[in-house]
Amino acid sequence: MNAANYLYLSALLFTIGAVGVVVRRNAIVVFMCIELMLNAANLSFVTFSRINGDLNGQVIAFFTMVVAACEVVVGLAIIVTIYRSRRSASIDDASLLKR
Amino acid sequence: MIDLALQVGQTAAPEATLFWILAPLSVVAALGMLLVKKAVHSAILMAFVMIALAIFYIAQGAPFLGIVQVVVYTGAVMMLFLFILMLVGVDSSDSLTETIRGLRPIAIIGAVGFGGLMVSLLARATLGRNAVGVEAVNADGNVQGIANLLFSTYVWPFEVVSALLITAALGSMVLAHHHRIQTRPTQRELSIQRFRSGSLANAAGLPAPGVFARHNAVDVPALLPDGTAAAASINASLKARGDVLNSSAFELGTVDTSAGEEK
Repeated sequence: MNAANYLYLSALLFTIGAVGVVVRRNAIVVFMCIELMLNAANLSFVTFSRINGDLNGQVIAFFTMVVAACEVVVGLAIIVTIYRSRRSASIDDASLLKR
Repeated sequence: MIDLALQVGQTAAPEATLFWILAPLSVVAALGMLLVKKAVHSAILMAFVMIALAIFYIAQGAPFLGIVQVVVYTGAVMMLFLFILMLVGVDSSDSLTETIRGLRPIAIIGAVGFGGLMVSLLARATLGRNAVGVEAVNADGNVQGIANLLFSTYVWPFEVVSALLITAALGSMVLAHHHRIQTRPTQRELSIQRFRSGSLANAAGLPAPGVFARHNAVDVPALLPDGTAAAASINASLKARGDVLNSSAFELGTVDTSAGEEK
Protein backbone atom coordinates (compact mmCIF):
# COMPACT_ATOMS: atom_id res chain seq x y z
CA MET A 1 0.00 0.00 0.00
CA ASN A 2 1.26 3.43 -0.91
CA ALA A 3 1.26 6.19 1.72
CA ALA A 4 -0.57 8.35 -0.84
CA ASN A 5 -3.74 6.39 -0.08
CA TYR A 6 -4.09 8.49 3.05
CA LEU A 7 -4.15 11.55 0.80
CA TYR A 8 -7.02 10.10 -1.20
CA LEU A 9 -8.91 9.39 2.02
CA SER A 10 -8.19 12.94 3.16
CA ALA A 11 -9.53 14.38 -0.11
CA LEU A 12 -12.69 12.25 0.20
CA LEU A 13 -13.33 13.29 3.80
CA PHE A 14 -12.74 16.94 2.92
CA THR A 15 -15.22 16.74 0.05
CA ILE A 16 -17.83 15.05 2.24
CA GLY A 17 -17.38 17.75 4.86
CA ALA A 18 -17.77 20.48 2.25
CA VAL A 19 -21.02 18.92 0.98
CA GLY A 20 -22.26 18.75 4.57
CA VAL A 21 -21.61 22.45 5.13
CA VAL A 22 -23.63 23.28 2.02
CA VAL A 23 -26.47 20.78 2.40
CA ARG A 24 -27.24 20.49 6.11
CA ARG A 25 -29.38 23.12 7.86
CA ASN A 26 -28.71 22.43 11.53
CA ALA A 27 -25.98 24.81 12.70
CA ILE A 28 -24.39 22.16 14.93
CA VAL A 29 -24.18 19.61 12.13
CA VAL A 30 -22.72 22.27 9.82
CA PHE A 31 -20.15 22.94 12.49
CA MET A 32 -19.28 19.26 12.78
CA CYS A 33 -18.78 19.14 9.02
CA ILE A 34 -16.33 22.04 9.29
CA GLU A 35 -14.48 20.01 11.92
CA LEU A 36 -14.43 17.07 9.51
CA MET A 37 -12.81 19.28 6.86
CA LEU A 38 -10.17 20.47 9.35
CA ASN A 39 -9.47 16.87 10.34
CA ALA A 40 -9.13 15.84 6.72
CA ALA A 41 -6.59 18.61 6.18
CA ASN A 42 -4.74 17.42 9.30
CA LEU A 43 -4.58 13.88 7.92
CA SER A 44 -2.92 15.15 4.75
CA PHE A 45 -0.46 17.21 6.82
CA VAL A 46 0.53 14.12 8.78
CA THR A 47 0.79 12.07 5.60
CA PHE A 48 2.97 14.66 3.91
CA SER A 49 5.10 14.76 7.02
CA ARG A 50 5.66 11.05 6.62
CA ILE A 51 6.24 11.21 2.85
CA ASN A 52 8.87 13.93 3.26
CA GLY A 53 10.36 12.55 6.48
CA ASP A 54 9.92 15.91 8.19
CA LEU A 55 8.12 16.73 11.44
CA ASN A 56 7.05 20.21 10.31
CA GLY A 57 3.80 18.80 8.96
CA GLN A 58 2.94 17.30 12.35
CA VAL A 59 3.60 20.63 14.07
CA ILE A 60 1.27 22.39 11.61
CA ALA A 61 -1.38 19.73 12.28
CA PHE A 62 -0.95 20.40 16.00
CA PHE A 63 -1.53 24.12 15.42
CA THR A 64 -4.60 23.32 13.33
CA MET A 65 -5.99 21.33 16.25
CA VAL A 66 -5.49 24.24 18.64
CA VAL A 67 -7.14 26.69 16.25
CA ALA A 68 -10.00 24.23 15.69
CA ALA A 69 -10.54 23.95 19.44
CA CYS A 70 -10.75 27.78 19.71
CA GLU A 71 -13.11 27.85 16.77
CA VAL A 72 -15.39 25.27 18.34
CA VAL A 73 -15.57 27.16 21.62
CA VAL A 74 -16.47 30.50 20.03
CA GLY A 75 -18.72 28.96 17.38
CA LEU A 76 -20.75 26.97 19.87
CA ALA A 77 -21.10 30.07 22.06
CA ILE A 78 -22.50 31.91 19.02
CA ILE A 79 -24.90 29.03 18.31
CA VAL A 80 -26.11 29.10 21.92
CA THR A 81 -26.60 32.88 21.75
CA ILE A 82 -28.58 32.59 18.52
CA TYR A 83 -30.60 29.73 19.98
CA ARG A 84 -31.40 31.81 23.04
CA SER A 85 -32.86 34.66 21.01
CA ARG A 86 -34.50 32.64 18.21
CA ARG A 87 -35.29 29.26 19.82
CA SER A 88 -33.87 27.53 16.78
CA ALA A 89 -30.52 26.09 15.72
CA SER A 90 -31.28 26.24 12.02
CA ILE A 91 -28.93 28.38 9.96
CA ASP A 92 -31.83 29.51 7.76
CA ASP A 93 -33.52 31.30 10.62
CA ALA A 94 -30.65 33.70 11.20
CA SER A 95 -31.44 35.75 8.11
CA LEU A 96 -32.07 39.18 9.59
CA LEU A 97 -29.59 40.88 7.26
CA LYS A 98 -31.43 39.54 4.20
CA ARG A 99 -34.68 41.30 4.96
CA MET B 1 18.57 -2.99 -3.34
CA ILE B 2 15.38 -2.90 -5.39
CA ASP B 3 13.64 -4.78 -2.59
CA LEU B 4 14.81 -2.20 -0.10
CA ALA B 5 13.48 0.65 -2.26
CA LEU B 6 10.15 -1.11 -2.51
CA GLN B 7 10.04 -1.58 1.24
CA VAL B 8 10.68 2.10 1.86
CA GLY B 9 8.02 3.15 -0.64
CA GLN B 10 5.44 0.68 0.54
CA THR B 11 3.91 0.62 3.97
CA ALA B 12 3.93 -2.54 6.02
CA ALA B 13 1.25 -5.16 5.46
CA PRO B 14 -0.47 -4.77 8.86
CA GLU B 15 -0.85 -1.08 8.19
CA ALA B 16 -2.40 -1.78 4.80
CA THR B 17 -4.92 -4.10 6.46
CA LEU B 18 -5.67 -1.44 9.05
CA PHE B 19 -6.11 1.17 6.35
CA TRP B 20 -8.39 -0.90 4.14
CA ILE B 21 -10.61 -1.76 7.08
CA LEU B 22 -10.76 1.66 8.74
CA ALA B 23 -10.71 3.95 5.70
CA PRO B 24 -13.94 2.64 4.09
CA LEU B 25 -15.57 2.62 7.53
CA SER B 26 -14.61 6.22 8.19
CA VAL B 27 -15.82 7.29 4.73
CA VAL B 28 -19.13 5.50 5.37
CA ALA B 29 -19.39 7.18 8.78
CA ALA B 30 -18.65 10.58 7.24
CA LEU B 31 -21.33 9.99 4.60
CA GLY B 32 -23.71 8.87 7.33
CA MET B 33 -23.06 12.17 9.08
CA LEU B 34 -24.60 13.90 6.09
CA LEU B 35 -27.49 11.52 5.72
CA VAL B 36 -28.77 10.87 9.24
CA LYS B 37 -31.54 13.13 10.38
CA LYS B 38 -30.73 13.59 14.06
CA ALA B 39 -27.85 15.77 15.14
CA VAL B 40 -26.91 13.36 17.96
CA HIS B 41 -26.38 10.51 15.50
CA SER B 42 -24.20 12.82 13.41
CA ALA B 43 -22.13 13.56 16.51
CA ILE B 44 -21.61 9.86 17.24
CA LEU B 45 -20.55 9.19 13.65
CA MET B 46 -18.21 12.20 13.82
CA ALA B 47 -16.62 10.76 16.96
CA PHE B 48 -16.05 7.51 15.08
CA VAL B 49 -14.35 9.32 12.18
CA MET B 50 -12.14 11.20 14.67
CA ILE B 51 -11.06 8.03 16.44
CA ALA B 52 -10.30 6.42 13.07
CA LEU B 53 -8.16 9.43 12.17
CA ALA B 54 -6.35 9.17 15.51
CA ILE B 55 -5.50 5.55 14.69
CA PHE B 56 -4.22 6.65 11.27
CA TYR B 57 -2.01 9.27 12.92
CA ILE B 58 -0.51 6.70 15.24
CA ALA B 59 -0.01 4.29 12.34
CA GLN B 60 1.80 7.03 10.43
CA GLY B 61 4.41 7.69 13.09
CA ALA B 62 2.62 10.57 14.82
CA PRO B 63 1.71 9.05 18.20
CA PHE B 64 1.66 12.47 19.89
CA LEU B 65 -0.90 13.82 17.42
CA GLY B 66 -2.92 10.61 17.70
CA ILE B 67 -3.20 10.95 21.47
CA VAL B 68 -3.93 14.69 21.19
CA GLN B 69 -6.61 13.89 18.61
CA VAL B 70 -8.32 11.50 21.02
CA VAL B 71 -8.00 13.85 23.99
CA VAL B 72 -8.87 17.10 22.25
CA TYR B 73 -11.33 16.00 19.59
CA THR B 74 -13.14 12.91 20.79
CA GLY B 75 -12.74 14.06 24.37
CA ALA B 76 -13.20 17.80 24.63
CA VAL B 77 -14.65 18.94 21.32
CA MET B 78 -17.20 16.15 20.87
CA MET B 79 -18.23 16.47 24.51
CA LEU B 80 -18.78 20.19 23.92
CA PHE B 81 -20.85 19.38 20.85
CA LEU B 82 -22.98 16.88 22.75
CA PHE B 83 -23.34 19.34 25.63
CA ILE B 84 -24.61 22.05 23.27
CA LEU B 85 -26.90 19.51 21.62
CA MET B 86 -28.43 18.75 25.01
CA LEU B 87 -28.82 22.48 25.63
CA VAL B 88 -30.39 23.18 22.25
CA GLY B 89 -32.60 20.11 22.30
CA VAL B 90 -31.60 16.56 21.49
CA ASP B 91 -34.45 15.94 19.10
CA SER B 92 -33.80 19.07 17.07
CA SER B 93 -33.81 17.21 13.79
CA ASP B 94 -33.10 18.95 10.53
CA SER B 95 -35.87 20.14 8.34
CA LEU B 96 -35.25 18.25 5.14
CA THR B 97 -36.87 20.83 2.89
CA GLU B 98 -34.61 22.63 0.48
CA THR B 99 -34.59 26.33 1.18
CA ILE B 100 -32.58 27.20 -1.92
CA ARG B 101 -33.99 25.42 -4.93
CA GLY B 102 -31.61 23.01 -6.62
CA LEU B 103 -29.00 23.35 -3.89
CA ARG B 104 -28.62 19.64 -3.30
CA PRO B 105 -27.99 18.54 -6.92
CA ILE B 106 -25.58 21.44 -7.37
CA ALA B 107 -23.79 20.52 -4.14
CA ILE B 108 -23.50 16.87 -5.20
CA ILE B 109 -22.27 17.75 -8.69
CA GLY B 110 -19.81 20.24 -7.22
CA ALA B 111 -18.58 17.68 -4.71
CA VAL B 112 -18.08 15.00 -7.37
CA GLY B 113 -16.20 17.55 -9.46
CA PHE B 114 -14.04 18.72 -6.57
CA GLY B 115 -13.37 15.19 -5.33
CA GLY B 116 -12.50 14.03 -8.85
CA LEU B 117 -10.16 16.98 -9.27
CA MET B 118 -8.38 16.28 -6.00
CA VAL B 119 -8.06 12.55 -6.65
CA SER B 120 -6.78 13.00 -10.20
CA LEU B 121 -4.36 15.66 -9.00
CA LEU B 122 -3.04 13.37 -6.28
CA ALA B 123 -2.83 10.46 -8.66
CA ARG B 124 -0.61 12.45 -11.00
CA ALA B 125 1.41 14.25 -8.36
CA THR B 126 2.43 11.30 -6.25
CA LEU B 127 3.09 8.66 -8.89
CA GLY B 128 6.50 7.07 -8.47
CA ARG B 129 7.33 8.92 -5.26
CA ASN B 130 8.70 6.93 -2.40
CA ALA B 131 7.74 7.86 1.12
CA VAL B 132 10.76 8.72 3.26
CA GLY B 133 9.04 7.81 6.53
CA VAL B 134 9.40 9.56 9.86
CA GLU B 135 11.44 6.81 11.51
CA ALA B 136 14.67 8.84 11.18
CA VAL B 137 13.25 12.07 12.61
CA ASN B 138 11.41 10.10 15.30
CA ALA B 139 14.64 8.43 16.42
CA ASP B 140 14.75 10.44 19.67
CA GLY B 141 11.03 10.03 20.13
CA ASN B 142 8.11 11.72 18.42
CA VAL B 143 7.27 14.03 21.33
CA GLN B 144 10.89 15.18 21.61
CA GLY B 145 11.04 15.82 17.86
CA ILE B 146 7.87 17.92 17.90
CA ALA B 147 9.00 19.77 21.04
CA ASN B 148 12.34 20.60 19.39
CA LEU B 149 10.52 22.23 16.47
CA LEU B 150 7.78 23.81 18.57
CA PHE B 151 10.14 25.56 20.96
CA SER B 152 12.67 26.67 18.35
CA THR B 153 11.29 27.35 14.88
CA TYR B 154 7.69 27.72 15.93
CA VAL B 155 8.09 29.42 19.30
CA TRP B 156 6.52 32.68 18.11
CA PRO B 157 3.44 31.04 16.51
CA PHE B 158 3.17 28.97 19.70
CA GLU B 159 2.96 32.13 21.81
CA VAL B 160 0.44 33.66 19.42
CA VAL B 161 -1.67 30.52 19.68
CA SER B 162 -1.71 30.87 23.47
CA ALA B 163 -3.07 34.40 23.04
CA LEU B 164 -5.66 33.01 20.66
CA LEU B 165 -6.74 30.40 23.21
CA ILE B 166 -7.18 33.00 25.93
CA THR B 167 -9.08 35.29 23.56
CA ALA B 168 -11.37 32.43 22.54
CA ALA B 169 -12.06 31.49 26.17
CA LEU B 170 -12.85 35.10 27.10
CA GLY B 171 -14.91 35.61 23.96
CA SER B 172 -17.05 32.55 24.59
CA MET B 173 -17.58 33.65 28.19
CA VAL B 174 -18.73 37.08 27.02
CA LEU B 175 -21.01 35.51 24.40
CA ALA B 176 -22.52 32.99 26.77
CA HIS B 177 -22.99 35.51 29.55
CA HIS B 178 -26.59 36.49 29.86
CA HIS B 179 -27.93 39.55 31.60
CA ARG B 180 -31.06 39.33 33.71
CA ILE B 181 -33.56 41.85 32.40
CA GLN B 182 -35.35 42.07 35.76
CA THR B 183 -33.97 41.45 39.21
CA ARG B 184 -34.74 38.06 40.65
CA PRO B 185 -37.84 38.22 42.95
CA THR B 186 -37.06 37.51 46.57
CA GLN B 187 -38.90 34.94 48.66
CA ARG B 188 -40.74 37.74 50.47
CA GLU B 189 -41.92 39.30 47.22
CA LEU B 190 -43.09 35.92 45.93
CA SER B 191 -45.02 35.31 49.14
CA ILE B 192 -46.71 38.72 48.98
CA GLN B 193 -47.56 38.10 45.34
CA ARG B 194 -49.18 34.75 46.21
CA PHE B 195 -51.46 36.31 48.80
CA ARG B 196 -52.41 39.36 46.72
CA SER B 197 -53.21 37.41 43.55
CA GLY B 198 -56.83 36.64 42.63
CA SER B 199 -57.65 33.72 44.90
CA LEU B 200 -56.23 32.43 48.16
CA ALA B 201 -56.35 28.84 46.89
CA ASN B 202 -52.59 28.63 46.31
CA ALA B 203 -51.53 30.90 49.14
CA ALA B 204 -50.03 28.01 51.08
CA GLY B 205 -48.15 26.76 48.00
CA LEU B 206 -49.14 24.40 45.24
CA PRO B 207 -50.40 20.93 46.17
CA ALA B 208 -47.77 18.17 46.11
CA PRO B 209 -48.11 15.51 43.43
CA GLY B 210 -48.79 11.86 44.10
CA VAL B 211 -51.75 10.08 45.60
CA PHE B 212 -51.67 9.03 49.19
CA ALA B 213 -51.57 5.29 49.95
CA ARG B 214 -52.25 4.05 46.42
CA HIS B 215 -49.62 5.79 44.35
CA ASN B 216 -46.95 8.25 45.34
CA ALA B 217 -44.94 9.70 42.44
CA VAL B 218 -44.24 13.07 40.84
CA ASP B 219 -45.83 12.02 37.58
CA VAL B 220 -49.31 11.44 39.05
CA PRO B 221 -51.48 14.43 39.95
CA ALA B 222 -52.78 14.60 43.53
CA LEU B 223 -56.46 13.98 44.19
CA LEU B 224 -58.60 16.79 45.52
CA PRO B 225 -61.11 16.14 48.36
CA ASP B 226 -63.87 15.74 45.77
CA GLY B 227 -61.91 12.96 44.05
CA THR B 228 -60.77 14.83 40.95
CA ALA B 229 -57.17 15.30 39.88
CA ALA B 230 -55.41 18.49 40.94
CA ALA B 231 -53.76 19.81 37.75
CA ALA B 232 -51.69 22.34 39.72
CA SER B 233 -49.84 19.57 41.57
CA ILE B 234 -47.92 18.49 38.47
CA ASN B 235 -44.67 20.09 37.33
CA ALA B 236 -45.25 22.16 34.19
CA SER B 237 -42.25 20.74 32.34
CA LEU B 238 -43.36 17.15 33.06
CA LYS B 239 -46.74 18.06 31.62
CA ALA B 240 -45.13 19.65 28.56
CA ARG B 241 -43.09 16.51 27.93
CA GLY B 242 -46.22 14.38 28.16
CA ASP B 243 -44.79 12.29 31.00
CA VAL B 244 -47.81 12.66 33.29
CA LEU B 245 -49.73 9.52 34.24
CA ASN B 246 -53.49 9.61 34.18
CA SER B 247 -54.77 9.69 37.74
CA SER B 248 -58.25 8.49 36.84
CA ALA B 249 -57.29 4.99 37.98
CA PHE B 250 -56.81 6.37 41.48
CA GLU B 251 -59.92 8.54 41.62
CA LEU B 252 -62.57 7.98 44.24
CA GLY B 253 -65.10 6.22 42.02
CA THR B 254 -62.71 3.43 41.05
CA VAL B 255 -61.08 2.89 44.44
CA ASP B 256 -62.01 -0.49 45.78
CA THR B 257 -63.79 0.33 49.08
CA SER B 258 -65.08 -3.22 49.79
CA ALA B 259 -62.28 -3.85 52.27
CA GLY B 260 -63.49 -0.92 54.39
CA GLU B 261 -67.12 -2.02 54.26
CA GLU B 262 -66.41 -5.53 55.57
CA LYS B 263 -65.38 -4.18 58.94
